[in-house]
Amino acid sequence: MPFSLLNFKALAPEIFLVLVASFMVLFDRAIRAKDFFFWTALLGTLVAWWLCRTSLGISFGESYTADHYGFFLKTIFLLSLFLSILISPVYARRRGFHFGEYYGLLYFAVCGMMLMASGTDLLLIYIGLELMSLSIYVLVAVDWRDPRGLEGGLKYFLLGSLASAFLILGLAIIYGRTGTLFLARIHQHLSVDPAVLAGIAFFLVALGFKVAMVPFHMWAPDAYEGAPTPVTAFMSVAAKAAGFAALGRIFLLAFASAHPMWIKLLVPFAVLTMFVGNILAVVQTNIKRMLAYSSVAHAGYILLGIAAGTREGLSAVLLYLFIYAFMNIGAFGIVTLLQREGGVGESIYDYQGLARLYPFPALLMLLFMFSLTGIPPTAGFMGKFYLFRSVVHAGHPWLAVLAVLASVIAAYPYLRIVMFMYMREPEREIQPASSLSLWAALGISALGVLVIGLYPGSLLHAVMGSVF
Amino acid sequence: MIPLQWYLYLALALFAVGLFGFVSRRNVIIVLLCVELMLNAVNIALTALGTALEDVTGHIVVFFVIAVAAAEAAIGLSLVVLIYKRFREVHLDEVKMLKG
Amino acid sequence: MGETVLAAKYLPILILAILVFIIGLSMTIANQILAIRRPYSEKLVRYECGLPPSGEPRHPFSVKFYAIAILFVVFDVEAVFLYPWAVSFGHLGAFAYVEMIVFIALLLVAYVYAWIRGAFQWE
Repeated sequence: MPFSLLNFKALAPEIFLVLVASFMVLFDRAIRAKDFFFWTALLGTLVAWWLCRTSLGISFGESYTADHYGFFLKTIFLLSLFLSILISPVYARRRGFHFGEYYGLLYFAVCGMMLMASGTDLLLIYIGLELMSLSIYVLVAVDWRDPRGLEGGLKYFLLGSLASAFLILGLAIIYGRTGTLFLARIHQHLSVDPAVLAGIAFFLVALGFKVAMVPFHMWAPDAYEGAPTPVTAFMSVAAKAAGFAALGRIFLLAFASAHPMWIKLLVPFAVLTMFVGNILAVVQTNIKRMLAYSSVAHAGYILLGIAAGTREGLSAVLLYLFIYAFMNIGAFGIVTLLQREGGVGESIYDYQGLARLYPFPALLMLLFMFSLTGIPPTAGFMGKFYLFRSVVHAGHPWLAVLAVLASVIAAYPYLRIVMFMYMREPEREIQPASSLSLWAALGISALGVLVIGLYPGSLLHAVMGSVF
Repeated sequence: MIPLQWYLYLALALFAVGLFGFVSRRNVIIVLLCVELMLNAVNIALTALGTALEDVTGHIVVFFVIAVAAAEAAIGLSLVVLIYKRFREVHLDEVKMLKG
Repeated sequence: MGETVLAAKYLPILILAILVFIIGLSMTIANQILAIRRPYSEKLVRYECGLPPSGEPRHPFSVKFYAIAILFVVFDVEAVFLYPWAVSFGHLGAFAYVEMIVFIALLLVAYVYAWIRGAFQWE
C-alpha cells in the first residue's frame, strides 16, 4: 500500500504555514487593523518552529525527510523570517504595503525553503525552489509604485527563471542517467560520465544563481537595492540559506561519489565569488548595494565549506548561515532605521558622524560591521574560523589562505562605514525611525552576534549533530 | 519507433535556441517566450526518457514543470504589465535606473 | 529496428514536405512574375471582411485582457493535475478523492482571493 508511506505529521510546519498564509491573504480586506497580520505572522513563526521541533520524520516514500539537518536550516529560515517581520512594519507602513498579502508571501516563501531543506527528491526540491522564488519575485516588487523595485523584481525574475530552466535540464539529465529522482538512489546509481558531469554542472549553475555565485550574481545588487529593505534582509539570508540547503543535500548526498570531479568545478567559482564580491563591494556608495556585494562574497566563503565535501565542512556551513542571519539582518535593520523617502539614508555618506548624533545605533552598526568582517570576539569570527578550519582539514590549505586574503579585502568596505560613523563630521541629520519592533530585531541580532561570538559551545554541538 | 537520441537532440536543440534567444533578444515578452521554450524543450526530453526507461516519474515531472511554468509566466507577465504602465516600454535596454 | 527501415517509414512525410515547399514557393514566384499590377487606392487598403476598415490593425490590447488571460492560464494549467488523477482513480480509492478535494480547496483559496481583490471586475 503506497499510502502507508504518507506521514502528514512530518509535514506539519509546512501545512501550518500554508494555512496561515492563506488566511492572511484571504482576510486582508476584512480586517482593517493591519497590525493584526503583523502579530499573527510573528506568532505563527514561533508556532511553526515548535512544529518543526516536534515533527521529525520521513514522508512520501523517500521524498521528504524532516531530519536534524532540515530542522537546523528551518530554524535559520524561521529566525530570519522572525527578524524580517520585526523590521517590516516601520518600512511597510511608510511605503503602503503593510497588508496581509505581504506577510502571506513571506510565509509562502519560507514554506518553499522548508521543502528545499527537507526534500530528498529532486522534484520536491525543484518545487520548493520555485515556490520560494516566485514568492520572492513578487516580494521584491511588492512596493509597485517604486520603479526601482519593479526593475529589480523583473531582473531577478528573468535570471531566476533562466536558472530554473537550467535546474530542470540538469534534473532531466540526472534522471536519464540514473532512472530515479530520489537523492539516496541517485547516489547508488551514479556513474561518472560526461553527461552526468554536465547535469551536475547545470545544478551548480542553477543553485549558484540562487545563492548569488559569481558569475551568476548579476541580479543580486539590483534586486537587493530595488527591493524594500526588510525584503532584502529576508532574501539575503533566508533565500541564500535555502540555496545552500539544497546544494548541501544534492552535492553531498546524491553526487557524493563524484566529489573529486565537482570540486574542480566548484572551487574556481567559490574563489571568484569571494574576490569579485569583495572587490566590487569596495567601490559601492549605496549601502544596500555594498551589502549586496558583501553577501555575494559571503556566498563564496560558504561555497568553500561545500567544496570541502566533509561532514565538518557542511556543519561549518550551517554554523555560518546561522550567524549570517543575525549579523546581516542586523545590518539591514540599521539601514531600515535610517532610510527615508527618495533614497535618503541609503548613501554610505549619510552614515558620516552617526556616532555623534546617535551613539547607540552607531554602536550596533559597528558590531554588525565587525562581525561581517570577522573580527573577534564577534560571531562572524567564529563562523569564518570554523569554515576555514574545515577547509584546511579537508586538505586544501591554500584555499583557506585565499579566503583569508579575500576577508582582508572585505575589511575595507565594512570598516569604511565604521570610520565614517566615528571619525567624520555629520553632513546632514537623519532622524532615526524609532519603532519598538525594529529595536527588538536589532537587540536580538546584536545579542546573537555577541553571545555566539563569546560562547559558541552549545551551538557548535547542535551544528555537529545536524549533519546528515 | 524513433530512437531516444533523436528526441534528446531535438530537446537540446530547442533548449539552445531558447537560451540563444534569452541572451540576444531585448524585448521582455520575447525573453519570457524563450524561457518557456527552454522549459518545454526539457519537457520533451523528460517525456522521451520516461518512455524509454519505462518509468512514469519522467511524465510526472512534466506535469509539474507545466504548472510551474504557467505560474512563472503569470508573475512575469504581471511584472511586465506593471513595468509597461510605469515606463511605457518593454525593452530591457530602456529600463535601467539601477546601475549595473 | 534499423535506421534504414525507420527512414523508409518516414519517407512519405519527407516527400510531402518537399512537395508542399516547392508548390508554395513556385506559386508565389509565378504570381510575382505573371501578375499584372494596376494598383489603386481601394485595392491597397487593408482587407477587413469586405467592410471599410475601422482602424489600425495592430492596436495594443487593453491591460484588462492581460489580467483575465493570466488568471485563465494559471487555473487552466492547474487542471492538468486532475487528468492523471482521473485516469487512475479506480486504483486510488477514497484517500485520493480526499486529497483532490484538498487540492481543489487550495485552488479555491486562490480563486476567492482573485475575486475579493476585484480581478474579475471589468471596470
